[in-house]
Amino acid sequence: MKNNTLANKDNRVDGVAKVTGAAKYTAEYQFPNLVHGVLVGSTIAKGKIKSIDTKAAEKSAGVVAVITHKNGDKIYGLKKAKRAQTLDLGLRIFHAKDIHFSGQPVALVVAERLEQAQHAASLIQVKYETEPHTTEFSANMASARPTTIPWVSDLKRGDDGAWEKAPVKIVQEYTTPVEVHNPMEMHATIAIWESDDKLTVYDKNHAVQDVRDTIAKALDLKKDQIQVNSEFIGGGFGSGLRVWPHTFAAIIAAKILKKPVKIAVTRPQMFTMTGYRPATWQKMSLGATEDGKLVGIRHEAIGQTSEYEEFAEGVTGITKMLYACPNLLTKYQVLPLTVSTPIWMRAPGETPGSFALETAMDELAHALKMDPVQLRKVNYADKNPEDGKPWSSNHLMECLQGGVKQFNWKPGYVEPGSVQKGDWYVGRGMAVGSWAAWRAPATALARLDSEGNLLLQSATSDMGPGTVTTMVKIASEVTGIVPSKIKFELGKSNLPPSPGQGGSVTVASVGSAVYEACEELKQKLITIAAGMDKNSYKEAKPDELFFVNNKIAIRNRPDSLIKLAEVFDHEKIKEVEVVKASKSAEGSDKYAFFTFAAHFAEVQVHRLTGVVRVTRFTSVVDAGKIINPKTATSQISGAVVMGIGMALTEELHFDHAHGRPVGADFAGYHIPVNLDIPADIQVVFINQPDPYLNKMGAKGLGEIGLIGAAAAIGNAVFNATGKRFRSVPLTPDKLL
Amino acid sequence: MQLFQYHRPTDIKEALSLFQKNEGAQYIAGATNLLDLMKKNITTPAHLIDINRLPLRNITSDAAGLTIGALALNSDVAEHETVVSEYQLISQALLQGASPQLRNMATVGGNLLQRTRCPYFYDTAFPCNKRTPNSGCGAKDGMNRGAAIFGASEACVATHPSDLCVALAALDAQVIVQSGKGERRIAFSDFHRLPGDTPEQDTVLQRGELITGVFVPANPFQRFAHYLKIRDRASYAFALVSVAVAYRVDNNEVIQDARIALGGVAHKPWRASEAEAFLKGKNNTEAVFRQAAALALISAKPLKHNAFKVKMAENAIIHALNNTI
Repeated sequence: MKNNTLANKDNRVDGVAKVTGAAKYTAEYQFPNLVHGVLVGSTIAKGKIKSIDTKAAEKSAGVVAVITHKNGDKIYGLKKAKRAQTLDLGLRIFHAKDIHFSGQPVALVVAERLEQAQHAASLIQVKYETEPHTTEFSANMASARPTTIPWVSDLKRGDDGAWEKAPVKIVQEYTTPVEVHNPMEMHATIAIWESDDKLTVYDKNHAVQDVRDTIAKALDLKKDQIQVNSEFIGGGFGSGLRVWPHTFAAIIAAKILKKPVKIAVTRPQMFTMTGYRPATWQKMSLGATEDGKLVGIRHEAIGQTSEYEEFAEGVTGITKMLYACPNLLTKYQVLPLTVSTPIWMRAPGETPGSFALETAMDELAHALKMDPVQLRKVNYADKNPEDGKPWSSNHLMECLQGGVKQFNWKPGYVEPGSVQKGDWYVGRGMAVGSWAAWRAPATALARLDSEGNLLLQSATSDMGPGTVTTMVKIASEVTGIVPSKIKFELGKSNLPPSPGQGGSVTVASVGSAVYEACEELKQKLITIAAGMDKNSYKEAKPDELFFVNNKIAIRNRPDSLIKLAEVFDHEKIKEVEVVKASKSAEGSDKYAFFTFAAHFAEVQVHRLTGVVRVTRFTSVVDAGKIINPKTATSQISGAVVMGIGMALTEELHFDHAHGRPVGADFAGYHIPVNLDIPADIQVVFINQPDPYLNKMGAKGLGEIGLIGAAAAIGNAVFNATGKRFRSVPLTPDKLL
Repeated sequence: MQLFQYHRPTDIKEALSLFQKNEGAQYIAGATNLLDLMKKNITTPAHLIDINRLPLRNITSDAAGLTIGALALNSDVAEHETVVSEYQLISQALLQGASPQLRNMATVGGNLLQRTRCPYFYDTAFPCNKRTPNSGCGAKDGMNRGAAIFGASEACVATHPSDLCVALAALDAQVIVQSGKGERRIAFSDFHRLPGDTPEQDTVLQRGELITGVFVPANPFQRFAHYLKIRDRASYAFALVSVAVAYRVDNNEVIQDARIALGGVAHKPWRASEAEAFLKGKNNTEAVFRQAAALALISAKPLKHNAFKVKMAENAIIHALNNTI
């Protein structure tokens, strides 16, 4: 990738630590007296535990405890019935006999060694009373009901029947399957009770303070009695945005045993214990004029949730804002099934939503025999149709133009099935996407020592995007301090407050806090130096201050060079420290903040085997100013790979007779391999600063690369074959 | 995983006698499948007899054919000069199996003995007659997308997952096995069983018998041979359907001898004998291939979720035969 040959300053600051193994991930921590827990999952989907025989396990070598619902009275914090029923804490394990989904933890075996715990776990005998379960989405859609989660709202704009009266109509249904995050690093927790009321938790998550707060609530402790650490994270994609049952299991066991307890979730358990992207059904009704102008849209959606908790996501959100359309109705419902609770997975809501919307748009373009790029241009919204606010910035048109150029998209309509190369049908497809550019309050600490070393801290996370690298770069650009003298600490709940890493908020939020903390630090130095009778500092502005190792100076003032040590001595301080709380975006009531992308795909479909190959892919992205082009490019190309997975390979199958996933491992759930992705995923950034979101002009970009990617591939498959697919993944059997 | 005792014999005789002496013994070589099964408590051997020190790694050939030692690594066989030039189906099939890392560990003998990849077999929460006799078959009426379309029984609809075995079946290989009673050779098509009422038995191997090698008779298919695998992703996935085809033509481009073996469709590599017979005396054109392919699938009995395999296998045969032209 061309963008990857940039200067070294964009390399990951922790890259060497990661590839040499020096970076420690949760399950790698060792502590004296640490014991290992292995969870036993239910084999039925719904019912009650009739009996649970733990005798053989308890007698097995090395076993120190077996915890089940029978020790419920010993369970710290959760024993209070009222607390146990508090829904927002998630599944209450070991609390009652009730089974809510297949794979629900019913026992925890703790032993001195992992292998001993694994073996003893296999000796647990559970008998159940089964009750009827419901896991089949398509057969139970009549049970869907409105969501009670307030922010996932329905929208009516203008005449909701307008689409029906339009001269050109598309009415189709679309489905997306359960997808599972499956980050490389599996979830894990180590719980250590430092004293009766002081808890340290090493936990793979990317929201250390949210996790801390949930644990505090569950255990009736104060926030400062709990320390949550998650420094290095081997991928998360949203699965680390809450507390999962294994974390509580480790905390409970550690309390009972008065020893550190480690639980590492297994790969098969990752399919039921740590969330997933819920399946959806969607119906799109589009009405347009003969020249492609949208007259009305109706977007209905159902997303699955569990029976014991409600999860909802903004599946219809993108339809509310992406296109200029005066008449609109969106309706979202949840369908409770006998499954575990879903969780955010990269670009939640918008990913299935954009698949339906952008496939329907392609169907409209085909019905009109129109270039799909042109159809997007015709329907470009020059302000946010949802609330009428002007865009803070919107370069979707440039994304389209840039993609046409980069991809070499020949303007015009191409008849489906008209291009063949040997045994392969060749097709092209495109789609666009959008994701909110949020900025949340965040706080950063900046501390400078007399040697000119800058320490930055914030309780954010780096699940892989390169947050540490980006924050160091922001600080370096604001202060002029070389990156090698800057350290950014994160992933600890006692650091200054930060939102969890999700929703593409980190750069805009934590980056702003870092930016502002560094500015304030400079101002503070100027103020001190000015008080030392240094004339050159009296009128100086922060952007004139610069650092030369352990000295500071003001630009074009040779007399201003002074050692930091002298500055600090004057104030009788050893270092200078700033804690800066950065707010949400100013003008958030005035502007609509969004990122945009246009995706272009070329595919080949084999006429006999049905195999689909993505031969080329181009994403052009408007995410404001790009702070670090190298890590940003990785983010987008990684999201495109996820889009290829969604389009071609990823689906969790279920056995509805048993109410249980089938093939819940890497042999059964296919994540794309290198051979599934084009050699060159082209990523192009518009790289125009957003004038309002923050001082850097940066918008987040964690999600945007995925939104519309699968639709672009599906649309290319249609263009190649003339066959329209309204459900993914497009495995070879469907193309035959 | 259950506790086991580990033995490491250095000759075949010792290996055979260790097996006979120890109840619950199992041979172990590359362990690329067995260790997974042990970790999941699907297989619980009391004794593991590590045969990696036995002198069974050689690959030799003469006018009669190719002999591959049971311990020859998949990666070594796939790159072996004679295999690549004279027995290319074997090389092609091996290179489409697993990953380079696994091929570096996996042996030819172990490849023959790998267990099914039916997901019901691997998840002990499901019933599976192959794993636990008389517990039922979860796949038959369940998510049976990967299941057999030939030769399945009420008790089991699993498929054999090997690529190599499909090529070996097409080439009429023989499995060389040794026991206390001496050596015997088993025709490849007789080696794997259909599930019937005893799906827990994958092969006709008797207790204690050790595979020492595979013999592949010299073949006349160097010009026209192709192994095709169709799967859910481009690499590192088991076959939905695979096919090994090979044929020989006379001077008038008339087919004299043809082989078609299918993978991913049955409890064993599935030879399409009628289609092979049909091809004899015909020209090698797509129209002829289509007829042969239809004939090959005529007795297929698909289940709820695997009906696509019929068309996919037909097309795979056509495509593989086309690719040899």
